[in-house]
Amino acid sequence: MGLFKSAFNKIKQGLDKTRSVFVNEVRTILSGKPLSKELLKQLEARMIQSDFGVKTSRELVADIEAAWERDEISTGDHALAFLKDQLNAYWPAEDRSLHFADSGPTIILVAGINGAGKTTSIAKIAKSLRDQNKKVMLAACDTFRAAAVQQLEIWSERLGVEVIKGQQGGDPAAVAFDACEAALSRGVDVLLIDTAGRLHTQKHLMDQLSKIKRVIQKKFPEAPHEVILVLDATTGQNAVNQASVFAQSIDVSGIFLAKLDGTARGGIVVAIREVLGIPVKFIGVGETPDDVEPFVPDKFVEAMFSA
Amino acid sequence: MFGNLTDQFSNALKKLSGKGKISESNVREAMDDVRTALLEADVHYEVVEQFCENIQQKALGEEVLASLKPGQQMIKIVHDELVATMSGVPVGQEADEFEAQPGIMFVSPGPTVVMMSGLQGSGKTTTTGKLAAVLKKQGKKVMVAAADLQRPAAVHQLEVLANQVNEEFDKGPDVLFHAELDKVAEYGKAVGAAVTVCRNAVAKARQEKCDVVILDTAGRLHVNDELMGELRQVQSAVQPHQILLVIDAMTGQDAVNSAKAFNSQLELDGVILTKFDSDTRGGAALSVRQITGKPIKYLGVGEHLDALEEFHPERISSRILGMGDVVSLVEKAQQQVSEEEALELQEKMAKGKMTMDDFLNQLNMMRKMGSMKSLLGMLPGIGNQIAQMDIDDKEINRTEAIIKSMTKKERTDVDLLDNSRRRRISQGSGTKPADVAQLVKGFDMVSQMGKQMSGMGMLSKLKAMSGMGNAMGAGMDPRAMMGGMGGMGKAPKKPSFKQKFKQRKKRR
Repeated sequence: MGLFKSAFNKIKQGLDKTRSVFVNEVRTILSGKPLSKELLKQLEARMIQSDFGVKTSRELVADIEAAWERDEISTGDHALAFLKDQLNAYWPAEDRSLHFADSGPTIILVAGINGAGKTTSIAKIAKSLRDQNKKVMLAACDTFRAAAVQQLEIWSERLGVEVIKGQQGGDPAAVAFDACEAALSRGVDVLLIDTAGRLHTQKHLMDQLSKIKRVIQKKFPEAPHEVILVLDATTGQNAVNQASVFAQSIDVSGIFLAKLDGTARGGIVVAIREVLGIPVKFIGVGETPDDVEPFVPDKFVEAMFSA
Repeated sequence: MFGNLTDQFSNALKKLSGKGKISESNVREAMDDVRTALLEADVHYEVVEQFCENIQQKALGEEVLASLKPGQQMIKIVHDELVATMSGVPVGQEADEFEAQPGIMFVSPGPTVVMMSGLQGSGKTTTTGKLAAVLKKQGKKVMVAAADLQRPAAVHQLEVLANQVNEEFDKGPDVLFHAELDKVAEYGKAVGAAVTVCRNAVAKARQEKCDVVILDTAGRLHVNDELMGELRQVQSAVQPHQILLVIDAMTGQDAVNSAKAFNSQLELDGVILTKFDSDTRGGAALSVRQITGKPIKYLGVGEHLDALEEFHPERISSRILGMGDVVSLVEKAQQQVSEEEALELQEKMAKGKMTMDDFLNQLNMMRKMGSMKSLLGMLPGIGNQIAQMDIDDKEINRTEAIIKSMTKKERTDVDLLDNSRRRRISQGSGTKPADVAQLVKGFDMVSQMGKQMSGMGMLSKLKAMSGMGNAMGAGMDPRAMMGGMGGMGKAPKKPSFKQKFKQRKKRR
């Protein structure tokens, strides 16, 4: 799609740790051995430890076992190839690029729980769009957390893009509305709206988020053109709860999987895909604004399993 | 908190508790459910294995099979084992003094140097603010130092938090703030500068005769050697007395790896689990303790500065098993109300002289205690029910608006409120007349109950409260509830048969 530079090496780099822990062990567990119940049990245990989730892990291993019973596969290496195919099947071809408005500014609403990495992720998206010669504007709607507005302001200075901000303690929906007006009058291509981190269990805060979305729609009925949920890749099974509650309140169109450069195994991506069907659009693989990549499932799986 | 784990446990154990006598296969079946529940709760795989192994051995032993009530015996074993895992003290042994003491250990002479560490986004800066608030309330003189020079505006965030602590909490000396803005730099360009900032902060804290200085370091990945090296430099430069690791309670299996890495590099003294007010099943609590052997000192349970709780393995274990956590609730209430205030109110209630102003005070006190949902979650038997309920904390704001729209006279004498006054009040507060009517009804009920309950002991009050929790689950008006919960324990009893009969008659 030309929006981001070639991804493969970066993902591999980001997933280094994943590979070293998961793949190496998967390889050690499976390679050069005939399949056995014990072997499958070890594989399941490794997958659970990589945050695939109990249910997903058991299903994937059950599929391998079924294929084994049908005599389609007989060795650990077969099982590994089979698992790769299975994972690839989780990600059918679909539109994982950003949707832009037909005319006027494209509005991208960004949300997530506290500390997921929203502001950094916004800086990353902003930089890549700016590098595409798009005129980008940021809206600092996190009026709750101390210094959140300043944090986005510093990014706007570093990236040389405009920012619309509100007062700490002010109404975030009002800031969003102002930003929409400013984006229109100043001929901005993309408006990225940063919101306060909120736990999905806080109903009133989720309501506030729906309100922000409604207010944006007052100005642009078609907007937001993208609703990005930022998820911390180290999160466990709770990420599925988060994604489903956010999806209910603001109809999430894509996921930004942040902090995949750590030791996160990325297994949670599979569970989220399975339960909710929301595509992962970006992955964050580092601290600088350049450390963002589009999510490419077959390359992601390939990177996970290549030695 | 722990909601789903509790449900799963209840289901697993229900299978057992119904049976008069259990067989070996019954135990194994239940253990499978327990194992799945724990894994789905993000408890680390190895911890789960060990945990289940221990329980199964005990359960299969004479203890359960020969017991008259095997289900209850089994629950006790699971509970004891949970406590053992989370406290690090084996079942049947007493914790030594150091382990038993939650919170921060102080050194004399001060300042006690506390260093915060953790991954990005785990909540270090917010927790530093909360910890400063806790210590300030204990009368300690605290300094917070901004050693996160990387994340944009992190220094400013800590400054704002320090000011907020000073504004919101009168008790104790003001929190001091140390920062060196000239050292702030972009990511990766400030490595090492944090060491100077920390050293200067400790020196300044000594000069200012602070009791505690908290160093807020930048978030970093435990696999980033350069940044982990910086933490080690800080450690050797200022020799912190306490090094705390801040961990997001929603972290998956990896919680154990980062905890292990930070622990081996820094020799941690304890762990703070944040975002515990989410619906995470909280498996991290169970595994981090087991794998690192370091105690969990505090839990972050909300966005406000006073949302930091001490960690008690006993109570959390009870909560997992759906036994409720009344002790925490009572402690919270005690922090907010002095004994005299409570007595005064109790007397007023007993005489039926409670006013709307008293009612409002109670609401405000409740608001300080935390969200309705977190409070109700602590009551026995209703933890499971509230997960599905919408409890709107704004209800308290609305109630406040209504009461504040009343005249002074109206607040002391509710009987004055005729329809015309109610209409005026509803307009003044932006609510519906029905809301005002409901509040008055709730108020009447609470003052009635106050009279009735004035003779009851603490235990019966708590019992009455848990009954009230069930009423809440059945759709009782939260406003009436709140009045009941304020003042701790002066809560409505379940209506007697006669009252119910009367109500039914009325409805016809």
